[in-house]
Amino acid sequence: MTATDARSPEAYAREFQATIDADQRIEPRDWMPEAYRKTLIRQIAQHAHSEIIGMQPEGTWITRAPSLRRKAILLAKVQDEAGHGMYLYAAAETLGVDREELTELLVSARQKYSSIFNYPALSYADVGVIGWLVDGAAICNQVPLCRCSYGPYARAMVRICKEESFHQRQGFELLLAMCHGTAAQREMVQESVNRWWWPSLMMFGPADGDSPNTQQSMEWGIKRHTNDELRQRFVDMSVPQAEALGITLPDPDLRWNAERGAHDFGEPDWSEFQAVITGAGPANAQRLAHRRRAHENGAWVREAARAYADKRAKAVSA
Amino acid sequence: MSSIHEGEHDATNAYQSLSETTAQDDPRWAFGTGFADVEAEISAAVPAGVDPADLAAYCQMLGDDVLVYSQRLAEWVANAPELEEEVALANIALDLLGQARVLLARAGHVEGAGRDEDVLAYLRDQAEFRNVALAEQSDDLDFARCVARLLVFSTWRLALLQRLLGSADPVVAAVAAKGVKELTYHRDYAARWILRLGDGTAESHRRAQAALEWVWPYLGELFRTSVEERRLVAAGVAVDPADTRDEVDGVLDQVLRQATLTRPDLRPTGTVGGRGGRQGLHTERLGLVLAELQSVARAHPGATW
Repeated sequence: MTATDARSPEAYAREFQATIDADQRIEPRDWMPEAYRKTLIRQIAQHAHSEIIGMQPEGTWITRAPSLRRKAILLAKVQDEAGHGMYLYAAAETLGVDREELTELLVSARQKYSSIFNYPALSYADVGVIGWLVDGAAICNQVPLCRCSYGPYARAMVRICKEESFHQRQGFELLLAMCHGTAAQREMVQESVNRWWWPSLMMFGPADGDSPNTQQSMEWGIKRHTNDELRQRFVDMSVPQAEALGITLPDPDLRWNAERGAHDFGEPDWSEFQAVITGAGPANAQRLAHRRRAHENGAWVREAARAYADKRAKAVSA
Repeated sequence: MSSIHEGEHDATNAYQSLSETTAQDDPRWAFGTGFADVEAEISAAVPAGVDPADLAAYCQMLGDDVLVYSQRLAEWVANAPELEEEVALANIALDLLGQARVLLARAGHVEGAGRDEDVLAYLRDQAEFRNVALAEQSDDLDFARCVARLLVFSTWRLALLQRLLGSADPVVAAVAAKGVKELTYHRDYAARWILRLGDGTAESHRRAQAALEWVWPYLGELFRTSVEERRLVAAGVAVDPADTRDEVDGVLDQVLRQATLTRPDLRPTGTVGGRGGRQGLHTERLGLVLAELQSVARAHPGATW
């Protein structure tokens, strides 16, 4: 579409919606409604921020990993998260923002990241449980995004989902080894699951009745399933895995419902969810302060790199 | 606007992969080692005429250098100035950790006391570690110190590994073969950053020069030859580190000159009664590194992970 294109704004909008309804992809140079662009920038940036903040809870255990093999696996995993952040910021950049700008929005708390990372990682079992439950929940949320209407985001998600599913299996494998280990290791796993189970269910967001943006995101092909559908899928996926580990999920209302062909389960504590998403979770301040400190400590380095590149460019053109 | 390809459905089957049987032999489970062919050689016979105790000590020296330094590099996770640096520093830490695992496994094997890589990493006390002091220092998350140490360490280790390609010990030779490629990249990464910092802003120049002055006193130890090394040089297993001095100096001088930095004129840190890292005599920093590294493993004696 060029400036000489005489079609009306309504025609553009119709074509846009037709593309989405035909399950085709919107690409960076295509016309799109401003609200669609804004929604995507916000969502992709939050997703990128989540990868970067998500390096902290697991990263803190790299130096204490109890075997060299586990240390290598964890280091590689956290490195992958930095890589995911890079692809996602690059996907956001196709919408006309840049990484530096988005990082500023993160460190000044004007954009959010996944609230799950506002919980502390308190034992080595948490490394396994984050892989199993948190990455598992993330995958449930993210697999449908591989078919998202915005091309660059969908393509980034294909790669990310593959790596996430590998991380999830690694987390599960750590827990399996621990559950076959000493009594203290099994207790450590159970204690960790007790802490992470409910926050993992909250990762799907509020119940459908309380999720005002879902409808528009579904019409735009950014979202494919409702929060409650994804939460149900996650519970059904996790129950047999918990049985394989021999651990108990901390929900007295959890049981198979043969009529529905799905598990019934209890209600997360939505007041805790509200506290965490509004900044008063157990580790919100710590996570943000850490990210801000790293960013500020790196300012002189980034400046030096720019100054050096400018000098080289001048030397070449001179 | 591109249409969705037919085959794309398969590319997104992350749910399916979750239900696949866990394949324990999938090489990615041990990601970061990448030494599949070396694993088979860890149990290779000790070369003729070599004292197994010397070879075990030598593998610990080469292994502890990278185990301890990898631990220091891992402190940069979630602290780097840019995402590209997050990825690069973690990658370097992983390469070095991979070298450490093979070398410690070899040390345990030739020692013959049933100690594996994890027993050596997690259950030795500091006096049994044989790394150089350079590896154990904290850079206090100062990026200039980080890349200054990396430049010195990788230049030195690359010079060592290039001379170990023909080692009579097959495991040392295999680690050298893989390590030369890795260290070439590490040195290049560090040198590029030293150029940017040295010839970037006045502030970065000042910080880079200060970082060189921080790292320089630890340089002297890198070229001191231990008695075990001396014996193993004669047997064709080891390289005399003193032989790498000219090459290391030459590379450092070239990089510093181009970076507009000045080679510090500082005396090397001294020994205690002639003993240094190679003899298990360390700086105060190593105890703290090991306290962290070993904390979970030591809290669970007999556990497997």
